[in-house]
Amino acid sequence: MIETSLDIAAIRKDFPILNREVNGQPLVYLDNAATSQTPQQVIDVIVDYYHNYNANIHRGVHRLSQEATDVYEEARKKIQKHFNIAKSHEVIFTSGTTHGINLVATGFTSFLKKGDEVLVSAMEHHSNIVPWQMLCERTGAQLKVIPMNLDGELVMEEYQSLLCENTKLVFCNHVSNALGTINPIKEIIDAAHEVGAAVLIDGAQAAAHIKPDLQALDVDFYTVSAHKMCGPTGVGMLYGKEEWLKKLPPYQGGGEMIAEVTFEKTTYADLPHKFEAGTPNICGGIAFGAALDYMNHLGFDAISQYEDELIQYATAQLLAIDGLKIYGTAKHKTSVISFNIEGIHPYDIGTILDKLGIAVRTGHHCAQPIMDFYKIPGTVRASFSFYNTKEEVDKLVEGVKRAKSMLQ
Amino acid sequence: MTIQEIQEEIIDEFSTFDDWMQRYEYMIELGKSLPIIDEQYKVDDNLIKGCQSKVWVHAELDDDKLVFTADSDAIITKGIIAILIRAFSNQKPQDIIDADTAFIDEIGLKEHLSPTRANGLVSMVKQLKLYAVAYQTQLK
Repeated sequence: MIETSLDIAAIRKDFPILNREVNGQPLVYLDNAATSQTPQQVIDVIVDYYHNYNANIHRGVHRLSQEATDVYEEARKKIQKHFNIAKSHEVIFTSGTTHGINLVATGFTSFLKKGDEVLVSAMEHHSNIVPWQMLCERTGAQLKVIPMNLDGELVMEEYQSLLCENTKLVFCNHVSNALGTINPIKEIIDAAHEVGAAVLIDGAQAAAHIKPDLQALDVDFYTVSAHKMCGPTGVGMLYGKEEWLKKLPPYQGGGEMIAEVTFEKTTYADLPHKFEAGTPNICGGIAFGAALDYMNHLGFDAISQYEDELIQYATAQLLAIDGLKIYGTAKHKTSVISFNIEGIHPYDIGTILDKLGIAVRTGHHCAQPIMDFYKIPGTVRASFSFYNTKEEVDKLVEGVKRAKSMLQ
Repeated sequence: MTIQEIQEEIIDEFSTFDDWMQRYEYMIELGKSLPIIDEQYKVDDNLIKGCQSKVWVHAELDDDKLVFTADSDAIITKGIIAILIRAFSNQKPQDIIDADTAFIDEIGLKEHLSPTRANGLVSMVKQLKLYAVAYQTQLK
């Protein structure tokens, strides 16, 4: 048993999908870093929205529209409170982390010029690499990479020496989706600010495990996806400091984001609506708020304490398997174990595990530069959530052993 | 043997298995026994797109028949390509082009493999047929 204040058995009952079978076996869901499952409490909120107050928001005079607007804006305030954001209009609803990153990357086009430099960490998801490469192609700015060591930790001395007066932007994830490393983002942000550079932190992988205080971090931009933290897909949050959001041009034109439109000129709406063109994912935003309620009810301290013990147990059990190597051995890590077995392709292991009802991810995890760094085609990635159990870890370990004996 | 006859033979072999374990163990065995492709053909140009693992296929004419060799860095994938090569190699290009591929469903491969791998399987069949089309043109 793992010591915890959480009632894991009761929590598991909140997640209907955890009862299903896969290939005749009870589902063991260990692909939480790709997407987390949705509790009944959030599903109920989604159903309630469509049953009772589905309407377009902000413009309607009728009752349903007002109700939907109220609940949607209430969700924005929940997000504000959760991330300790100073002003609710600094919370921009997006379709997810990728949308948030692209909004900022596109907006910075007019601020950058040849000779400027942008720094990106060596352990980024493709969605936090490609938009910046595109930005550099548009502006002539140069993309430089903050290197990492073999444990999967950023080399902070190298980062410090890369920073200079030409550095305009720094991008880094809070937690690496492929390795599980928790990056020292406070240190990264403070150092960037000393040379006047802005910082965007991709919080997609962190948000389900860590409750960040964005004011204390003093970060310029922080972006997350609801579906990685018990919410639905297709909705997320971009936080931007008010001063930045005022400076950035709108990302998309359309309804909702305008103040006045004539054929000669359009003036834009105030924050946050300037960045929320078109009808948003209303139900998704509301469900995002409900997901935060659910997780906060459990408590992030209890969640991370339990998950840490689970991952420590899993790490020890997996390392006992002969020939198994874990990629990402940072001192500070969470939620993810990426591994390979000598002489076996990760894809083969994933296939056998699937037959046993165990869902893991195999491949490069949208982080090809990391795989190139380790000179491997990919890894098997087991990623954990608070609803996973020690028994499920045991099944994973047994499954890996079985796959190994079949494949070797 | 014709492609049809070989496919029936493969279906017969797979029908003797009771569960997925046996089926996969057999595929792994087939993968291990796949004749190794000549190293010079393991180049990016011979890679099949759409597979999570790397699959190289080389084709060359032996008189009027097309001979395939292949390799993969994943053993189960190697088993799958071994099955396909057994069905399609040493056959006339036109026969490969005309061949039905329903046997893949019948031996439970497409249904039981994960979607990405199923896509890889589709890509492999497509690639073998594309080679056949290319060599058929050459033969004419």
